[in-house]
Amino acid sequence: MGLDAKIPEGELEKKWSDYKSHVKLVNPANKRKLEIIVIGTGLAGASAAASLGELGYKVKAFCFQDSPRRAHSIAAQGGINAAKNYQNDGDSVFRLFYDTVKGGDYRSREGNVYRLAEVSAAIIDQCVAQGVPFAREYGGLLSNRSFGGTQVQRTFYAAGQTGQQLLLGAYSALERQIALGNVKMYSRHEMLDVVTIDGKARGIIARDLVTGKLERHFGHAVLLCSGGYGNVFYLSTNAMGSNVTAAWKAHKKGAYFGNPCFTQIHPTCIPVSGEYQSKLTLMSESLRNDGRIWVPKKKSDNRKPTDIPEDERDYYLERRYPAFGNLVPRDVASRAAKERCDEGYGVGTTKLAVYLDFADAIKRYGLIEVGKHNIENADEATIIKLGREVVEEKYGNLFEMYEKITGENPYEIPMRIYPAVHYTMGGLWVDYELMTTVPGLYALGEANFSDHGANRLGASALMQGLADGYFVIPYTLGNYLADEIRTPSIPVTHPAFEQTENEVRLRIEKLMSIKGTESVESFHKRLGIIMWDKCGMARNEEGLKTAIEEIKQLKNEFWSNVRIPGEINEMNFELDKAGRVADFIELGELMCMDALNRKESCGGHFREEMQTEEGEAKRDDSNYSYVAAWEYNEKGEEEMHKEKLHFDIVHPSQRSYK
Amino acid sequence: MEHYNMNLKLKVWRQKNAEAKGKFETFEVENISSEMSFLEMFDVLNERLVNEGKDPVAFDHDCREGICGSCSMYVNGKAHGPWEKNTVCQLHMRAFKDGDTIVVEPWRSVAFPVIKDLVVDRTAFDRIIQAGGYVSVNTGNAVDANALPIEKQKADESFFAASCIGCGACVAACPNGAAMLFVSAKVSQLALLPQGEPERKTRVLNMVTQMDKEGFGNCTNIYECEAVCPKGISVSNIARMNREYFGAGTTAE
Repeated sequence: MGLDAKIPEGELEKKWSDYKSHVKLVNPANKRKLEIIVIGTGLAGASAAASLGELGYKVKAFCFQDSPRRAHSIAAQGGINAAKNYQNDGDSVFRLFYDTVKGGDYRSREGNVYRLAEVSAAIIDQCVAQGVPFAREYGGLLSNRSFGGTQVQRTFYAAGQTGQQLLLGAYSALERQIALGNVKMYSRHEMLDVVTIDGKARGIIARDLVTGKLERHFGHAVLLCSGGYGNVFYLSTNAMGSNVTAAWKAHKKGAYFGNPCFTQIHPTCIPVSGEYQSKLTLMSESLRNDGRIWVPKKKSDNRKPTDIPEDERDYYLERRYPAFGNLVPRDVASRAAKERCDEGYGVGTTKLAVYLDFADAIKRYGLIEVGKHNIENADEATIIKLGREVVEEKYGNLFEMYEKITGENPYEIPMRIYPAVHYTMGGLWVDYELMTTVPGLYALGEANFSDHGANRLGASALMQGLADGYFVIPYTLGNYLADEIRTPSIPVTHPAFEQTENEVRLRIEKLMSIKGTESVESFHKRLGIIMWDKCGMARNEEGLKTAIEEIKQLKNEFWSNVRIPGEINEMNFELDKAGRVADFIELGELMCMDALNRKESCGGHFREEMQTEEGEAKRDDSNYSYVAAWEYNEKGEEEMHKEKLHFDIVHPSQRSYK
Repeated sequence: MEHYNMNLKLKVWRQKNAEAKGKFETFEVENISSEMSFLEMFDVLNERLVNEGKDPVAFDHDCREGICGSCSMYVNGKAHGPWEKNTVCQLHMRAFKDGDTIVVEPWRSVAFPVIKDLVVDRTAFDRIIQAGGYVSVNTGNAVDANALPIEKQKADESFFAASCIGCGACVAACPNGAAMLFVSAKVSQLALLPQGEPERKTRVLNMVTQMDKEGFGNCTNIYECEAVCPKGISVSNIARMNREYFGAGTTAE
């Protein structure tokens, strides 16, 4: 099958409006007859389900949590970008587009990214209309803050809980449609396969996680809004339940997987404290506005950080990247921290941490306050007290969270931080209309690969999830469904449903029948270690080849020795997890294959063989300016297809932050 | 932070399903690090139970960052455990000492039936939101975001009310099993904003009606809800909801 991204012809600025003007429409009477299945209720899923319900389609929405409000979008902290230019600082749709393409290290599609920037402003309008309480200035207008990788203030926020507020906005719109009868909600349900008939997606097999019962659901189209797959690394900032299962099942049914190896490692997370660690907690990127990152100049320096004098500290980001300092993009900051720790300069008990220090910021703000209040001859204690109050107002909730987890007071002792897996830019390959290579099967939000290239900029994930759900899919889906108005609802007694349900049932029975000796959790941890060591922040040919062998071995062990307690027909969290881990193992292998194939360094993908003399990432545009789209073919093998990237407007150059 | 290990006795509520009769089961756990989170201590216990061929303890949890509202354990007689303004996923073992006995129960309320062990059904909250916890605005109908300035103080107050994570600790802690703090937080968020104005009266009436229908109790000003709320939602929201309710009741058709 050829890969056609279906980017509309014409000038970049007009592609989306031209598309919208000419796209096929479905009349209201026909919409009532068309059924749509939405998997996942995060920003992409909730906004899509609500918007499609409003249009009059019959929607069924599914989530594995007990309520759609708990999807992991809720945990996003920092903010959402939009090209509003409310600050009069020169922002525009073009600049947001440009920053995103450059930030993604020139591995995304111009057409898609431009559309994203174009609809960004309407997202803010929509959210405000829903009653999302964004931060405001005294004049009553919306406030903005800055984020990494940009020179304008375009980030809208609600304290450190922006994701929560945006999701609750989308959730309330969804609940309203449920009340109106346009959407039927299935919580504590997990999609376990896609049903295809004559090559088109026609429904799903889902499992009721309370009773364990399998269910068949028909849909004229199926939308996967199931998030990212960072938990393939076991430890990540993702929620415990975040998983790849829906996307992976789609992949095995013919949907290509785009750039699976593109993973974002976030530089500022609370470090691992022991073997029992179950997940990692992010400390918002906004902290790098004021915090300074350093390690001791002496290796294995065991002194308390406050006892290490100024001239014995190495502020390595400021040293290596004087132009951007502590605000270099995420991929660069993460690699620099790893480099210092690998060289033996790490701090804390595990030596896998660096300091994020607010002492200077507290003093600087304290002096400003002293000036503002005309306090003469202020002593050190007064300055620190006043400065602390300012820092508390800006970052109080984050400092509190840090203290709860570590038991240390970050106002007095520098935070210890280390990079952690946070987001996956890769995902199901989709065209301009967000359709996968399976007709009628769509992927939205983090579940697709489309807009962030090889590295996502801060505050852009929320923007993309809501853009896809509120403003893209309501148009593009109609273009497909307009040809489906003569397709009556297919009864779920159709043989395709029966066969798919049988396959799902056999797999569950097989998992339960293994009765081995090793827990699901233990296999997941082992997979995580392989992935983090060999397909994490730095990758090389030998390591990746070893990883592929190790994962194959792990897969064999899993399917012969996993132990799952309990029964099939009851609430059984271990069984739920077993299915997800089995899929993660297969995905892990594909990620390593993709990383092995891409013999260049770009964005979050760093191949050690491909670096400059100063240790910076070296991209190879002549050989790798393409999307790697992996097909699970009829022989059960992964086969790569290339979608060549074209840059008509932005000219790729080596990123430099020095 | 001084690190130490401890041995503990856990008394955990076990209940096979909604119909079964539950009971406490006692477990001894050893070498628990003070740096572990409370849920990681349960992970250690569950890993052991799986290895022994027993059923692990079922509990709801997801983000483990105190924001999704999934986790819901009643620890030593307090919703979310001993720390102030905290979810149980953020509770860490340094809150306990060697030799302690810890009693862990599910949320207890008529409106939150137990599904299994520590897992309860909180879909009543979703149905209350369905009754009116939204602004009726379809996608694409919005005007420019800055066309509607909102007083900063009101926007901030609205935000504080909106920071509710819907965990249900307020209900679990209330001797009457009332959901007033949860419902009033949503009513307040929207009553404080001009966007909420057109539906202000019907919203509060419908949400309160649904709340009563779900079997939640009445408020008798005990304020246990505020004391256990992980986000520190203030009971002043309940007072606001009562004003909204009586105001709406006397003027609505």
